[in-house]
Amino acid sequence: MAVLEARHLSVDIPTEDGVIHAVRDVSFALEAGELFGIAGESGSGKSVLTQAILGLLPNAIVSGEVLFEGRNLLGLKPAELQSIRGSRIGMIFQDPMSSLHPYYTVGSQITEMIHAHEKVEKPVARRRAVDLLARVGIAEADRRFDSFPHQFSGGMRQRVMIAMALVLNPPLVIADEPTTALDVTVQAQIVALLDEMRRELGTTVVMITHDLGLLSSIADHVMVMYAGRRMELGPSAPLFAAPAHPYTAGLLASSPANYEAGAELVPIPGRPPSLLETPAGCVFAPRCASALPRCTSEAPPLRVFSDGLQSLCWLEGPPADAAASVAAVAKAPAADETVVKAEGVRLTYGAGSLFNPGAGFEVLKGIDLELRRGETLGLVGESGCGKSTFARVLAGLIPMTSGKVALLGRDLGSLDPRAWQAMRREVQLVFQNPFGALNPRRRVGAIIGDPFRIHGLAAGAERKREVQRLMELVGLNPEHYNRFPSEFSGGQRQRIGIARALALNPALIIYDEPVSALDVSIQAQVLNLMRSLQRDLDLTYLFISHDLAVVRHVCDRIAVMQAGQIVELADAETLYRTPQHPYTQTLLAASVATPPRHPAAGRTLVASHVPEAA
Amino acid sequence: MIRYLLGRVAFGALILLTLSMFVFFLFFVAPGDPARMVAGDKATETQLIQIRTNLGLDRPIHEQYLSFLGKAVTGDLGFSYRNQQPVAKLIFNRLPATLSLVVGGVLVWLAVGIPIGIMSARHPGGVRDRLGQGFILIGLSFPTFVLGMMSLYLFYFLPRQSGFMLFPAGGFKPFLPNPAIWAWHLILPWTTLALTTAAVYARLTRGQMLEVMGEDYIRTARAKGLSERKVVWKHGMRATLTPLATQLGADIALLLGGAIVIEQVYGLQGVGALAVQAVANQDRPIIIGVVLLGGLFIVVANIIVDIAYVLLDPRVR
Repeated sequence: MAVLEARHLSVDIPTEDGVIHAVRDVSFALEAGELFGIAGESGSGKSVLTQAILGLLPNAIVSGEVLFEGRNLLGLKPAELQSIRGSRIGMIFQDPMSSLHPYYTVGSQITEMIHAHEKVEKPVARRRAVDLLARVGIAEADRRFDSFPHQFSGGMRQRVMIAMALVLNPPLVIADEPTTALDVTVQAQIVALLDEMRRELGTTVVMITHDLGLLSSIADHVMVMYAGRRMELGPSAPLFAAPAHPYTAGLLASSPANYEAGAELVPIPGRPPSLLETPAGCVFAPRCASALPRCTSEAPPLRVFSDGLQSLCWLEGPPADAAASVAAVAKAPAADETVVKAEGVRLTYGAGSLFNPGAGFEVLKGIDLELRRGETLGLVGESGCGKSTFARVLAGLIPMTSGKVALLGRDLGSLDPRAWQAMRREVQLVFQNPFGALNPRRRVGAIIGDPFRIHGLAAGAERKREVQRLMELVGLNPEHYNRFPSEFSGGQRQRIGIARALALNPALIIYDEPVSALDVSIQAQVLNLMRSLQRDLDLTYLFISHDLAVVRHVCDRIAVMQAGQIVELADAETLYRTPQHPYTQTLLAASVATPPRHPAAGRTLVASHVPEAA
Repeated sequence: MIRYLLGRVAFGALILLTLSMFVFFLFFVAPGDPARMVAGDKATETQLIQIRTNLGLDRPIHEQYLSFLGKAVTGDLGFSYRNQQPVAKLIFNRLPATLSLVVGGVLVWLAVGIPIGIMSARHPGGVRDRLGQGFILIGLSFPTFVLGMMSLYLFYFLPRQSGFMLFPAGGFKPFLPNPAIWAWHLILPWTTLALTTAAVYARLTRGQMLEVMGEDYIRTARAKGLSERKVVWKHGMRATLTPLATQLGADIALLLGGAIVIEQVYGLQGVGALAVQAVANQDRPIIIGVVLLGGLFIVVANIIVDIAYVLLDPRVR
């Protein structure tokens, strides 16, 4: 008996630009007690789907049927739906920082929910909340009951969210990217906790995530969505081992974790379609490596296979494994020339307080690092460890408290302002958030041309020619010279950032989490670009990231940073295979890769449902 | 916390000191002879000299200022040039009228402005939003005195013509012994004052509420199965209060220093009316007194708002 069953669910969201078809004809059923994964990139409709079911999207037009405990959720009155929310279906959201109300204590936010659904005395509600807080691993739960959300760390807050979702013991919990905003080690703890709680309480869990590695390790069934459609559905094991749909295969092939280090990734080309239009054929066809002529004109049939996989595709067998055919590209070894040498870099914030000298917060505790020409050095660590701060010190954006940084053999501390100005062009930064890092009111041509303007190197037609050469180099259409950043997608914006950094042919480019805001298919495109640029232009990279798979893939050497110190520094492969420091071991253990692909043995096509021509 | 408060108080005192200095010197260099004002047109030169000596006007300015300051600290703001009454007492007598006007006005404008703002924010783009925005536009663009004249015409003059007294034309009756009479006299001033200000609060509430309702924790509140009323009035309103408190502190302080137009229209003998008369009469001690009182209110209101912030937002504790 299915706990929740969706039949032909569609969600349309009217906007000023037209109706967004966020979810199209999606059906699935949850078995009691299972963990059901919904995977997909941003805009695939996975969050919209679950929120629409619960009536959390007031403007959405939802059609189809969603059966839960014998009732169709879509036909319920708002008040009936309200009584189901929280008590029968719990929700856990992505960002624990913003999902708890900042002005109320965590305890009161949990008891408020108990009181909303049950008639209980205050002390009883409090005891239940404290009990559950203790069970999800909040130490001194009775005292912490009265703490405010800002007094908790991100991981603790997510524990509170989990306690809140479970306190009424609902049969179904929907977790929407519950670990995306957290550090890897915390992620692993939260996932383990969620798994443990569901086994203990017999809760059915829907887990929405873009992290396929994570799903492969815990999900019983997985549904892969793309552009609002259910591309593939089936038991976790065969789906990850031998995906039936080219999109699932493409996602797996985009993830650096599935490659030999240093190999060229095989990204999904292009980018997700607009949800305003309805293509005649398959939505994925324009980006599909296995596309047939009929794919663009005829809607794909539903293929049902003997091992339980269902795929919305014309293919009758598994698509080719693009990642398997790729060999590692040999890379020229780094030259002996030292580009940057940092010695004993320290940074203390707030040291100069009038009343309390010496009570500052030490962010960097003596960092030694050396980068040679042509190499990529990875800097890995969790949020708050000081890796971005160190990058800014290297770029001369923050003065260090003590220590020495030499760039191309010249001590930055001894430079006069004029020489400093000249040295600045030797270090360039590419930032994490491609949406925030570009001034929305300036044209792309002006943004990329800035370095030439600031250093007075090229003007007028010459500058324009230079900018267009750079745009060409990073794979942007040079004719888009006059467009604004808002007209570009996230991946393209990151290309703009890279073009700007490349402009003056710097000795060092610092990438600060350059792909963590991008979807996995776009991420692979940008990583490939970075690698090919490095090969062609002999660039030196400092690559900051929390994602070990990405770092391992692009870096020659990796430095692991913890609490303002570098605890381990080694060749990428050495560090991976034989991590020395316990912290490195923890980090490695916490990241989950998808299992290796192998051919689908004994899979046969059982049925095909060709959609009726609409 | 205590240290923070002491700092705020010290800073407030510094502001008042600067203000007093500024006002005092401004009037010293301004044209016009205070002695002539006190003595009248027919006074002889000897009388004028006598008066100057009495008032201390013949002494150097810094001496005059220091002596003024010394007395001001004890609550003695000098005497009116016009009728020789103590300034502190004159102002004090006017405070009940102003205070009554402001307190009632604040309650009315909050009671009108906040619900309209919330109604508007809950249905952005809808009919109710447009109604709310219409109210905001009208309220913001209507001059207070026009609104005052209009309500006097509609609720006093017209009923009066047809032979009964709906509302009095104005004047202030003390709260005791009969609060009903007090309120009856103040209803028109309250609404007049409140309607324009309510528009400001409706706009502020609407903007803030719109932002808050898009926050993740509002979605959480809904996902918990709370009623929409609780989501809006508890979770939404709680986060909307802080900017409202800032605005409210500033507005109350400003009005306590004299709600000049309303007091004029309704003949309320409040601080504002006193200030207007003092300016017309060039009665410097009163003007200085009123300005300092206004300054004091603003400084105190700011400190109160700061404390309110700490109480409202656990993150700044």
